[in-house]
Amino acid sequence: MVNSMINNETLIKPLIEKEVTGISTINEIKISVKNLRASFGKTEVLHDINIEIPERKVVAIIGPSGCGKSTFLRCLNRMHEVVGGTITGEILIDGTDIMKDDPVYLRRRVGMVFQKPNPFPTMSIFNNVVAGLKMNGFRNKKVLKQIVEKSLKQAALWSEVKDNLNDSGANISGGQQQRLCIARTIALNPEVILMDEPASALDPISTAKIEELIFELKKDFTIVIVTHNMQQAARVSDYTAFFYMGKLIEYSGTKKMFTAPDKKQTEDYITGRFG
Amino acid sequence: MEVKQRPKNFTFYRRKTTNVVMLSVSFISAILTIMPLILVFYYTIAKGMTYLNINFFTKLPTPVDVPGGGMVNAIVGTLILIGIGGAIGIPIGIFAGTYLAEFGKNRFAYVVRFLSDVLSGVPSIVVGIVAWTLVVVPMHGFSALAGGIALAILMIPTITRTTEEMIKLVPDSYREAGLALGIPRWKTTLRIVLKTASKGIATGVLLGLARAAGETAPLLFTALGNRFWSTNIFQPIASLTVYIYEYAKSPFKSWNDQAWTAALVLIILISLLSLIFRFITRSKYKNQA
Repeated sequence: MVNSMINNETLIKPLIEKEVTGISTINEIKISVKNLRASFGKTEVLHDINIEIPERKVVAIIGPSGCGKSTFLRCLNRMHEVVGGTITGEILIDGTDIMKDDPVYLRRRVGMVFQKPNPFPTMSIFNNVVAGLKMNGFRNKKVLKQIVEKSLKQAALWSEVKDNLNDSGANISGGQQQRLCIARTIALNPEVILMDEPASALDPISTAKIEELIFELKKDFTIVIVTHNMQQAARVSDYTAFFYMGKLIEYSGTKKMFTAPDKKQTEDYITGRFG
Repeated sequence: MEVKQRPKNFTFYRRKTTNVVMLSVSFISAILTIMPLILVFYYTIAKGMTYLNINFFTKLPTPVDVPGGGMVNAIVGTLILIGIGGAIGIPIGIFAGTYLAEFGKNRFAYVVRFLSDVLSGVPSIVVGIVAWTLVVVPMHGFSALAGGIALAILMIPTITRTTEEMIKLVPDSYREAGLALGIPRWKTTLRIVLKTASKGIATGVLLGLARAAGETAPLLFTALGNRFWSTNIFQPIASLTVYIYEYAKSPFKSWNDQAWTAALVLIILISLLSLIFRFITRSKYKNQA
């Protein structure tokens, strides 16, 4: 097995754990957020968020622009701090506070896919996939090759690029680039994948492919996806959270959310009366 | 459908005339811009060809009117001088530029940026005197090292500012992608951001080296010049520019001609340097941004 050959402890930990625990019980809580407040300078953009995200499910976050969706997502892998933001409250992943973890290690457990496909233009497709591993000192060529194949297959890109793995990662189509970014994220074998409007820069066919992929990926990963597209939220997610003006207005099963929401605001947004 | 013609009145003709005049002025200015370069090439090639032969690259200078002399010591000297300058100036310039671009949102960086611009405007002869005071006087003698340090000081602002500008052009999305993959900040900067900006940075380095290779004034106080073969960096060393200066002002026709050849060789040297850099930093992939 690939795992046994990896000797970098920080990278191997999630791999082994997943191997040992196998498929966990259905509704185990993966991420638990308590009283989360996030600010940029003196402006608070997230007010007292409480939410629990179940393991191996897709949680969609919807809401109008500027409601704090992306900020919430970026709190989960502490990218919010990179742009000078501050966080108070608790974010627990598997019961441990991520604020006490080192952000570099945290981000290997919590991967992220961005809105605009951003493969590294100076690297080949192969090196893009293993960028995270290689730059953390992992160099076993044989294992890297296996990981590239496995990750690209998981990202449904293998058949399209297997003959040009040495081409630039920036010369493939936008949809392929985004799947390459997903492959790059899953190559680190994270526990959680955050997606920030992963399909909003793509055409309908590429979007459909990404959505199918999300459906496949939730077998192995916990996925939190921010989207502007409500049909997309309805299609891909198990649970949906509606954010408005920095507050979590409603959080429930996707089906319930889109058929019988509890709150008037949610209904107004979903039916397109505002936002 | 009938197209309605606008009247061809005075305003119409004035507009057309202005257009023609402005276009001609811009075009002539563009020609005037490249004229000096064409003249430089024409004269150095026409006058420099006389002595451009194998001897020039293999023999030491000979006394006046003794045929068969060359300037191998000056060619090697110039290479050593820009080598020393580059070895000191390139790393400092690149790291300083990286600091300014990636971490430079504070008052200190603002001051550095401003002073770096001031430094790039300081006349090279002044830099020469400073290097003389700092290196030549305490070491009790002219040396290639002193010359290299003077050239490094001249290179640093160019390299720093180009590096900064080039790094600022790298989209934030690559930094975020690196960080989100659990790559430490310093590695993201070094292996993703700098790598992406490497082509532009190389251009800056090349500009810095080319400027240094063409300097004469600071070398007069530091490397001095040497009529003999020397590769000792603690001894005075010959350079093409100083030879050009000395040979061009000498009363001897053969030396004047050799000065032209030295100028031609210097231009060739800088062009070669440019080619080598382009080759080193060429992108691995076609159509790469």
